[in-house]
Amino acid sequence: MAVWTLAEQAGGRLKRVSYELLTWGRHLADGLEASGRPAELCAIALGARLREEDLEELTERGADRVCVAESPGLDPFLVEAHAGVLEMLVRWGRPEIIIAAATTAGRTLMPYLAVRLETGLTADCTRLEIDPDTGHLVQIRPAAGGKVLATIMTADHRPQMATVRPHAAQPPPRRPAAPALGACITRVDVPDGLAESPVEWLALRAEQAAGAAVQDAERVVAGGRGLKRAEGFGVVRNLARALEAAVGASREAVDRGWIGYPHQVGLSGKTVTPRLYVAVGISGAIQHLAGMQTADVIVAVNEDADAQIFQVADLGVVGDLFEVVPALVEEVERRRAAREGDG
Amino acid sequence: MHVIVCIKQVPETSNVRMDPQTGTIVREGVESIVNPFDLHALELALRLKEQRGGRVTAISMGPRAAETAIREALSMGCDDGLLLSDRAFAGSDTWATSRVLSAAVRKLAPFDLVLAGVRATDGETGQVGPGVASLLALPLATYVSSVLELTDGFVTVERLIEEGYESLRLPLPCLLTAGKEVGFPRLPTLRGKQRARRQEVVHRGPTDIEVDAARVGLAGSPTRVTAIERPTLTRTGRIVDAARIGAGRAAAELADFLQEHHLL
Ligand SMILES: Cc1cc2nc3c(=O)[nH]c(=O)nc-3n(C[C@H](O)[C@H](O)[C@H](O)COP(=O)(O)OP(=O)(O)OC[C@H]3O[C@@H](n4cnc5c(N)ncnc54)[C@H](O)[C@@H]3O)c2cc1C
Ligand SMILES: Nc1ncnc2c1ncn2[C@@H]1O[C@H](COP(=O)(O)O)[C@@H](O)[C@H]1O
Repeated sequence: MAVWTLAEQAGGRLKRVSYELLTWGRHLADGLEASGRPAELCAIALGARLREEDLEELTERGADRVCVAESPGLDPFLVEAHAGVLEMLVRWGRPEIIIAAATTAGRTLMPYLAVRLETGLTADCTRLEIDPDTGHLVQIRPAAGGKVLATIMTADHRPQMATVRPHAAQPPPRRPAAPALGACITRVDVPDGLAESPVEWLALRAEQAAGAAVQDAERVVAGGRGLKRAEGFGVVRNLARALEAAVGASREAVDRGWIGYPHQVGLSGKTVTPRLYVAVGISGAIQHLAGMQTADVIVAVNEDADAQIFQVADLGVVGDLFEVVPALVEEVERRRAAREGDG
Repeated sequence: MHVIVCIKQVPETSNVRMDPQTGTIVREGVESIVNPFDLHALELALRLKEQRGGRVTAISMGPRAAETAIREALSMGCDDGLLLSDRAFAGSDTWATSRVLSAAVRKLAPFDLVLAGVRATDGETGQVGPGVASLLALPLATYVSSVLELTDGFVTVERLIEEGYESLRLPLPCLLTAGKEVGFPRLPTLRGKQRARRQEVVHRGPTDIEVDAARVGLAGSPTRVTAIERPTLTRTGRIVDAARIGAGRAAAELADFLQEHHLL
């Protein structure tokens, strides 16, 4: 039995999400094992010429096997070529579960493949579990605009397929693999004509989405409607600078034009998993929580003691943000200066 | 030129209400709209028709009430409307929906272009467009932000991906899923509305489009929603009342907390 994750690449380098998927995959392989169904965790990597060290990193981060198929037709991504090769691999390897990232590529390839395999697919899962009795994949995702969580099963069809949002999990820790484990990288020949698409790739006009800064940040300070006006974001920016954090925002703040959409955190914005998330003047609507709940440490500042954000906060400060946050900036700078003075 | 646009009727989501007792969505009194992304897809289709001539067909799978969505498309300027409505279709997941729509599209041949929205605001899956393309073996471009050129055999598009804007050249016929940037949807004109009111919306069931009724709808769907839960909030942290102890002391406690967690 096998759990497959689909690595994603750009120009030969694996993207971070390829490693994140191993966290999800390992959890499922363990779940299958616990239900009496030992499973191998296999990372599938399709590309033209993939960097060897990245493939090894997949094994160092927990893949039992890495299955690599390389062909010039597999980079840049064209769905017809990727689906052709992947369909061949699936029919040969018969995985129990396939998970991919809910990126533009994953969200194109997975549905394209799922209908061909005549199986189900669940998009944007926030949690994946194994049912201990049946061994089925339990897929949980927000529904109805984030107001509820739906549990979805694909009981009678295999493989069970799901996508998960990037940054909803941390990659597993990297452990140097034993030399013998190098053998776990399997290369598959791509038959002629399989990695082909009738579509011609022309060009990429690169435009680094500003939001990448929010997604990749270790720390995020986010502001909401409590900031009252665009200038209010100055308070948030000052704290972000003091804490070396990226700036996030609620949808209310974005809709009012106080800050750009790429900064939006939540169901219809970015999902972030930073070590620290500071919510300033954000009520904690379920749709906002959907994007930041998995942060390691959550701090909230809100004047309303009943604000829902306090129910997910590790430390909540009830008070006026225009007093508390500037005081915190001062305190942080004072302590930092004192420490540097000592050293 | 013949362009087919897949449109879905969805509940107006900005005010979805939940029944606090049952945890299910309250459907009564909720207004139905055409999925916002599909309006952009319709706009794109109508612009292409203005440039190149031809006709636009709007199709939808849904209850009889979804005829309203088709009429809205007709009043914007679509030439024909087709509603796939049958009890056998009810409860379809994205796989079954893709089957029904692809079977219907096949019957509408010849066509040059099939358009869908990038995703529907109710299911938020974005799976149906790629599914239809796959079943019909149509070349596919998702997340299309603009159509750069349409010539006799090809269409050149730009799509918005994580790294920026990517351009692709697809042979016709093909399927595109349209994002908001393809064009701001026009409003129906008065004349359009009058015409739409008079026009017939064709209804089709499983036998018309030759799909096996057992393989669509709830019975034919590989996925099942087995439970709906209201999210539970997990953490219960410490609360500091700045109104009582003052902003300065609250800030000091915050800084202590950050230091304890090695965040400072
Ligand atoms: C389909 C759908 C998708 C959505 N997606 C997202 C999403 O991706 N991201 C998102 O954020 N939202 C999203 N929303 C919107 C969400 O429901 C909320 O409306 C939004 O998160 C609220 O933003 P807010 O907390 O900034 O504003 P509010 O709810 O108005 O909260 C403002 C808070 O500031 C506090 N405050 C005011 N003044 C002060 C002060 N001086 N000091 C301290 N505190 C103060 C108030 O007590 C209040 O709690 C979505 C909604 C829907 C229906
Ligand atoms: N029942 C339906 N009838 C017509 N088109 C649909 C239907 N469901 C989905 N679509 C199309 O597929 C797109 C994506 O929907 P979804 O996969 O449900 O997010 C929509 O924007 C529509 O263009």
